[in-house]
Amino acid sequence: MAERKISVIDKIKEASRSVTTGIEEKDIEHWVEIYIMGKAYKVPAALTIMQAMEYAGYRFTRSCGCRAGFCGACSTVYRKKGEYKLQTAMACQTRVEDGMFLVQVPFAPAEKPIYNLEKETLEPSVLLQYFPEIAKCVSCNTCTKACPQDLEVMDYVQAALRGDFEAVADGSFECIQCGLCAIRCPAEIVQYHLAQFARRMYGKYGTPLEKNAEKRVEEITSGKFDKEFNKIMSLSMDEFKDIYVEQQNTREVY
Amino acid sequence: MAKLEFVGGYPTYMRESIELVERTRSKRIGKLPPQMTSKEREEILNLCHPDYAPGGKRAIKIGPNRGDIAPNEVADLLEAYPLIEPNKIDLSKADYETDILIVGGGLAGTSAALLANDSGIPVEKILLANKLRHGDANSMMAQGGTQAADRPNDSPIIHYIDAMGGGHFTNKPDVVRALVEDAPVVIKWLEGLGALFDKDADGNFVELTGGGTSRRRMHACADYTGMEELRVLRDEFRNREIPVLEFYPAIELLTDEENKVVGALLWNMETEEYKIVKSKATILATGGFGRLHIRGFPTTNHYGATYDGAVLAYRVGAKLRDTDTVQYHPTGAAYPQQIIGLLLTEKLRTSGAQPVNKDGEEFVFPLEPRDVEASAFIRECYIRNKGVTTPTGMKGIWLDTPLIDIINGKGRIEKSFPAMVRMFKRFGVDMIKDPVLVFPTLHYQNGGVETDPQCSTNIEGLFVAGEVSGGVHGKNRLMGNSTLDCVVFGRRSGIYSAEYVKKGVKIGKPGLKHVEKYVKMLKDAGIKTERRAPILMPDYRGKAVLARMIDIF
Repeated sequence: MAERKISVIDKIKEASRSVTTGIEEKDIEHWVEIYIMGKAYKVPAALTIMQAMEYAGYRFTRSCGCRAGFCGACSTVYRKKGEYKLQTAMACQTRVEDGMFLVQVPFAPAEKPIYNLEKETLEPSVLLQYFPEIAKCVSCNTCTKACPQDLEVMDYVQAALRGDFEAVADGSFECIQCGLCAIRCPAEIVQYHLAQFARRMYGKYGTPLEKNAEKRVEEITSGKFDKEFNKIMSLSMDEFKDIYVEQQNTREVY
Repeated sequence: MAKLEFVGGYPTYMRESIELVERTRSKRIGKLPPQMTSKEREEILNLCHPDYAPGGKRAIKIGPNRGDIAPNEVADLLEAYPLIEPNKIDLSKADYETDILIVGGGLAGTSAALLANDSGIPVEKILLANKLRHGDANSMMAQGGTQAADRPNDSPIIHYIDAMGGGHFTNKPDVVRALVEDAPVVIKWLEGLGALFDKDADGNFVELTGGGTSRRRMHACADYTGMEELRVLRDEFRNREIPVLEFYPAIELLTDEENKVVGALLWNMETEEYKIVKSKATILATGGFGRLHIRGFPTTNHYGATYDGAVLAYRVGAKLRDTDTVQYHPTGAAYPQQIIGLLLTEKLRTSGAQPVNKDGEEFVFPLEPRDVEASAFIRECYIRNKGVTTPTGMKGIWLDTPLIDIINGKGRIEKSFPAMVRMFKRFGVDMIKDPVLVFPTLHYQNGGVETDPQCSTNIEGLFVAGEVSGGVHGKNRLMGNSTLDCVVFGRRSGIYSAEYVKKGVKIGKPGLKHVEKYVKMLKDAGIKTERRAPILMPDYRGKAVLARMIDIF
C-alpha cells in the first residue's frame, strides 16, 4: 500500500513538470519563433507569452504578478510580423504565436487624484471635478481596443461624462488596472483610476447598505454570543465533535 | 505521435468522454452522492492526500520547532543560510525611522496600515514595504468569497464550529473566535469603503455555501472577490498617502539587544542596494508558499508566494505551528496546458457544478472539506483509473460546469464567473457549453507563525497577519476564511501594534545578532548546504539556457 501511494505522488509530479520545474525540449512537438524586444528566440508553441519568455531565459522581477489574469502586472504590447497594427495582451493569459514582436510595459506613470470618500456626495459633477480630462475624450475607442479584459472602456468614460455612476461601475467592474488604456489614450485620460473612484462612490452611496450584517455587528458588540462561546469552548473534544457532526447534517447545500 | 484533431478546444478523444458526461447530466440533477462519514474521510485522506503519503517530509533540525515535521521544500528553507553576511551590513544609520513597518501589501498588510492610522499612528510614521507592487498578493486572486455569519439563521457560533471541524479540530480556539466575531465587522467595513459585494434587489447580500460550511455565508464580488476587496483598500491607502516601498523585499528582520524586533533589512530588487528600516513594531504580512511547488504540485499562487516571511520570523526565534500540512485545492485547471494549476473557484461547485469521472459518473459529494474532496479526485484518477488523460499527460476529472446554468437559469455562469469564462475562452474552451478538466493544485499554507488574537508572537515587537500566520485554520482551511483571515487579522495587527507603540516602547540598536546565532545553529547541527533563503522568487528559466549561463554581473 505504501508503495502505491509513493508512486501516485511521483506520477502527479511527473505529469505537472511543465509548470513546476519547466518544460523540457524532449516533450516539445511544435515550435514558434518570437522576438523579445527585437531578439529572435525559438520557443515551444504551447506556452503563454510569459512562460515562453522564461523558457527563453528571462527571469522576471517586474511584468510578472499573479500569473492568472487578475493583477495586471504583465501588460504586453506586440505586433505580428508583416502587420502594422500594435496589439495589447496580458503575457500570462495569451498563447505565443509565430512572429510576435514583444515588449512589456512594467509600469504606468499615471496620476491618481487624492480624495476622501467620506466627504464626497454622489453628484454627477464630482467625476469631472477629479478627472477633468474625461471632457477631452474624442471617442476614438483606442482604450477599448487596448483593454486585455475586453471591457467597453470608452463606453464607461462616456457614462462618467453623463455622471452615471452605476454604468461606470458595471462597465469597469472586471478592470484589472493594468494601465494599458491610459497609456494608449490620446486625451491623457486615466480610465482605470476614474473607474476605481466611480465604483467606490457607487458602492458607498449608490446602493442600499445591507441590514443583516449591521444587526449582527450590534449583537456581537453587545456580547450576545459570549455565554454560548464560553460554553462550546469549554466542551470536551468528543462533545464538540458530536456538535460538529450534527451541524453538518443540517447544512444548507445550495 | 499522430496529430490530434481539436473540436471546441478539446482533442476528439476527450470529446468522446464529454459525450458520456452529457449523457448522464440530466439524471444527475438533484442527486448528489452522500457526504462521507468521519471515518470515510479519515480513510480517504490516509489513502490519497499528499500530506499523508509517505516521503516528502522530514523533521526540522534546528530552531524553535526542532523535531516538528514539515514538507522537504519548507524544511529546506528553514535549514538554509542567510543571503547576507551580518558583519558586512552597515547598521550604524537607519535609512527610515518609523513607528510601524508593514512587510507585505496584500489584504492583510493593507488593512494593517489603514487600522494603524485609524488607531492614531500618523501616516508618516507608517511604512509599507512590498516585494513586488503594492497589491501583488494571493489576495488579488481570491475568487470565491469571504465568510461572515450575518444571516438570521446563522451565527458566529455556527461559523466557529464549521471552521474548527474543517480544520479537523486542530485550530487555535482563541484566534478562531476572533476570526468569526470580527467577520461581520469586516464585511460592513469593506462595504462602507465602497466594495461592491453581490446584492439582491432589496440590497441584501447574495450568500452561498462552501465546502464544509453549513450555512450560506459566502460574500462574493462575482469571481473577483479578492481583487475587489484589495483594490478598494489600496485606493483608500493611496488616498491617505501612506508611505510605500515597492520592489523592496525584506531579507532579514532586525533585532535589538533584547531580541525585540525593531525593523527590517530591505533590498532594492533593481539596484540591489540594501536599506535599514528602524521601527518600533513590525508586522509581517508576507503571504504563503505556493511557489515552492511542494511535492511537485502546480499551484494557484502568486509569483511571489515563496515563504519569505516565515523564514525571517523563524530566524528571530518565532514559533511556527502546523508546519506539516498543505492545502491542495480540489479544482485546479488540468487543461489546457497554459493554465495548469490555476484556480477554479469552489463557488462553481456551490453553484451546482458536479465533479464526474471519464465515464460521466459522479463519485463524491461535491462539497466535502477541501482536503477530502482533493483526495477523492486523486483516488478517481490514480487508483480507480477513471480520470481523463490530457495530451501532455496530466490526469483530471470533469467539473460539469454547464449544470450551473441548467440549475440556476441561463446566463448564471456568465454573470457569476466572468473571470473563469474569460480565462477558458482565451485558451479556446467554452465552459458554459462544455465541462472543464480539473485536478488538485497547491493552494494554501495552512500553518505558519503562531499568534494570539492580538496578532502578537512569542517575539516582542513582531506582529503577524494573514497567510504567513498559523493556527486559525488548523490543518485545513475552509473556503472564504482566507480573505476573511487577512482582513480580520490585518486590522487587528494594525490596532494592536499601534497600541504597543503608543504604550511607549523603548527600542535599542537594530542588529543582526540573531542571524549570526542562526548560522551557528545551522553549523552546529551539521547542515552543510549551498541553500540560501529567503528565495524571493521561483526560477522558471529554461534548463537549456541555465546550462549555458555565465554569471558576469
